[in-house]
Amino acid sequence: MATLELNNLHAEVAEDGGETILRGVDLEVSSGEIHALMGPNGSGKSTTAKIIAGHPSYEVTDGEVLLHLDKDEFETDGVEIDDDLTWDLLDLEPNERAALGIFLAFQYPAEIEGVTMVNFLRTALNAKLEEREELFEDDEGEADAEEEDDAGYDTSPMEGDVDEGEVGVAEFQQLLQEKMELLDMDEKFAQRYLNAGFSGGEKKQNEVLQAAILEPSVAVLDEIDSGLDIDRLQDVANGINALREEVGTGVLQITHYQRILDYVEPDYVHIMLDGEIVKEGDADLAKQLEEKGYDWVREDVYETA
Amino acid sequence: MSSDQDHLKETETEARFEFKKEESSAFEAEKGLTEETIRVISEDKDEPEWMLERRLRALKQFRQMPMPDDWPGAPDLSEVDVDEIVPYIRPDIETRGGAENWEDLPDEIQDTFDKLGIPEAEKNALSGVGAQYESEIVYQNMQEQWEEKGVIFCDMDQAVQEHEEILKEHFMTKNVPASDNKFAALHGAIWSGGSFVYVPENVTVQMPVQAYFRMNSDGMGQFEHTLIVAEENSEVHYIEGCSAPKYSEFNLHSGGVEVFVGEGAHVQYSTVQNWSKNTYNLNTKRAIVEKDGTMEWVSGSMGSKATMLYPSSVLKGPGATDNHITIAFAGENQNIDTGAKVYHNAPNTKSTIESKSISKDGGRTNYRGLVHIADGAENSSTSVECDALMFDNESTSDTMPYMEIQESKVDVAHEATVGKIGDEDVFYLQSRGLDDDDAKQMIVAGFIEPITEELPIEYAVELNRLIELEMEGSLG
Repeated sequence: MATLELNNLHAEVAEDGGETILRGVDLEVSSGEIHALMGPNGSGKSTTAKIIAGHPSYEVTDGEVLLHLDKDEFETDGVEIDDDLTWDLLDLEPNERAALGIFLAFQYPAEIEGVTMVNFLRTALNAKLEEREELFEDDEGEADAEEEDDAGYDTSPMEGDVDEGEVGVAEFQQLLQEKMELLDMDEKFAQRYLNAGFSGGEKKQNEVLQAAILEPSVAVLDEIDSGLDIDRLQDVANGINALREEVGTGVLQITHYQRILDYVEPDYVHIMLDGEIVKEGDADLAKQLEEKGYDWVREDVYETA
Repeated sequence: MSSDQDHLKETETEARFEFKKEESSAFEAEKGLTEETIRVISEDKDEPEWMLERRLRALKQFRQMPMPDDWPGAPDLSEVDVDEIVPYIRPDIETRGGAENWEDLPDEIQDTFDKLGIPEAEKNALSGVGAQYESEIVYQNMQEQWEEKGVIFCDMDQAVQEHEEILKEHFMTKNVPASDNKFAALHGAIWSGGSFVYVPENVTVQMPVQAYFRMNSDGMGQFEHTLIVAEENSEVHYIEGCSAPKYSEFNLHSGGVEVFVGEGAHVQYSTVQNWSKNTYNLNTKRAIVEKDGTMEWVSGSMGSKATMLYPSSVLKGPGATDNHITIAFAGENQNIDTGAKVYHNAPNTKSTIESKSISKDGGRTNYRGLVHIADGAENSSTSVECDALMFDNESTSDTMPYMEIQESKVDVAHEATVGKIGDEDVFYLQSRGLDDDDAKQMIVAGFIEPITEELPIEYAVELNRLIELEMEGSLG
């Protein structure tokens, strides 16, 4: 069991006189739960997502972002840790957060020319596994820094073996193929350059594919439903449901619309306004919102406040 | 730079050359460049009179020509004083023209090339190998099947002796004359070592031949000459690798490359250079391409303090084709000034130039290129694409693609991009588990992918790893 916990999170844009965006966000997402985070443009949803992942453009001025990992979370890591662990994510680099099981599906995924999907995904998976090992070793107090013998320029780069990493090429091909079938993706994707020239929908599908391969404990999906046609929406929804059911991922789904929630039913709905979560409820809240709009929330909140 | 006179006086009072016991040189010329030095080198090589004459004429031209120091953004060459370099070091080997077995080489030299992975590559992927240590080829070998077909792949000094007629006709005459530029002249005066490749008509050399140039001594200059003659409808891929360890003094590498691409012939010349950061790398490389011939230049310029390298193709015959692919990488205190030159002198000629450069930590890369389409070279086409990637705001990159188009019936395309490595791209990859360094390396590897995919796999891997080495330690 893993739990992501945001306590009283305050943040601003990291520059002189940067605008304050988050004004005390509290949120908890545990394994296997599906949360929807809704709110109008500019309310701070995407900023919340980026801060969880460690984006350098924002400065946290108050509050904390914690990740609790129960000991059952390390069962597959081959380490002996007898206690549950809590990590302060704000102290960690983005890749360390990823290693601990945080995944962010981007609203606008980057296009990386010249890097094939298969190469990228395998590198990412191996990097994650390796980093995870280091983090847990550190925790066990066995932080032997691996001294790599770097002979520098005198040796040829041609002589050494290329490091295959924990998951080898063949094994990875198999894994990738399975996950792509699940998402109804053409196998040609594997050889395409990462997001380069992908349609909006293909990019979103690709984000879910990456999550399926990296098997996160908590996945934050930032408007995964925007730009999707109905068929693809279903594929993506299937992927998200599979993450929850098969991997036990806790999902924080950021969206403007009810539409995707018809396919991925949320256990909890949170509504954000002006950098705070102002209203919480179950799936019905999203339906209500769909009917009445954000003005209803605004009136409701500010009148009772 | 002191005058010839001053220098002669100096050399009269001292031994003209010394036998160095440490390292493995048998013969080392005095520092500096005088007529006397050149006579001594030529004599040590038992050269015919005509070669000595060409050397001496080149020396005169060198003295008269100006330094290329007024080009916009060009590297600062004020430190390059030829009177401070050792122009010629003959390593201590018995076999002139290069041993045929690695085991016959002194341990130290053998070990160097082992570390560079050359014997291993030879076994797996090459038709022939030449290896130069300091000023001379120490190893030279080619598979028998090519020898039987009349292919020649030998040390240049040996070529002067054994293939004199071809050399007389082609050596620094119509292709790269000593008068081409100051460093071509210097090269013409004190060249030593390098390879001669001759491919007869209708012969396709299936696997590449490779030469590796290693500079090992502090303050030396390496001036190898490569001459490739590919006769009608022949095909060959020549690979050149270069490196040197880091020393405190500056080193100078000034190679000369002349390629003759016969009618319908196909020559690829691939270079992966990895000089130490104290090396000035100033080369002149040119190909003359006959009717329907194809010349391909693939260059990876890593390392060096300053590089000036603009491989050029003269498309002499109708239907001749040129492809240029270049990658340059400049880190702290490096100025890598590279580009391509193509002269379309006949109708229906075609050229494509693709250049990628990466600069970081205040390094500078320039693309400096020229495409000349002569009057009458109708239906010719050229496409030039230059992309520069910068790591930070301290690094610089300039693109100077000169075009001289004298013919109207031509197709000219040009595209250039200059960009900084994207923070959002780096963050995206980091969020998937790659650390900052690996994320940037992946972006760079992707940036140069269109080029590495053209290289034989071993060299693509080498290039990627060289770039990783360049980036290590200075990132994050």
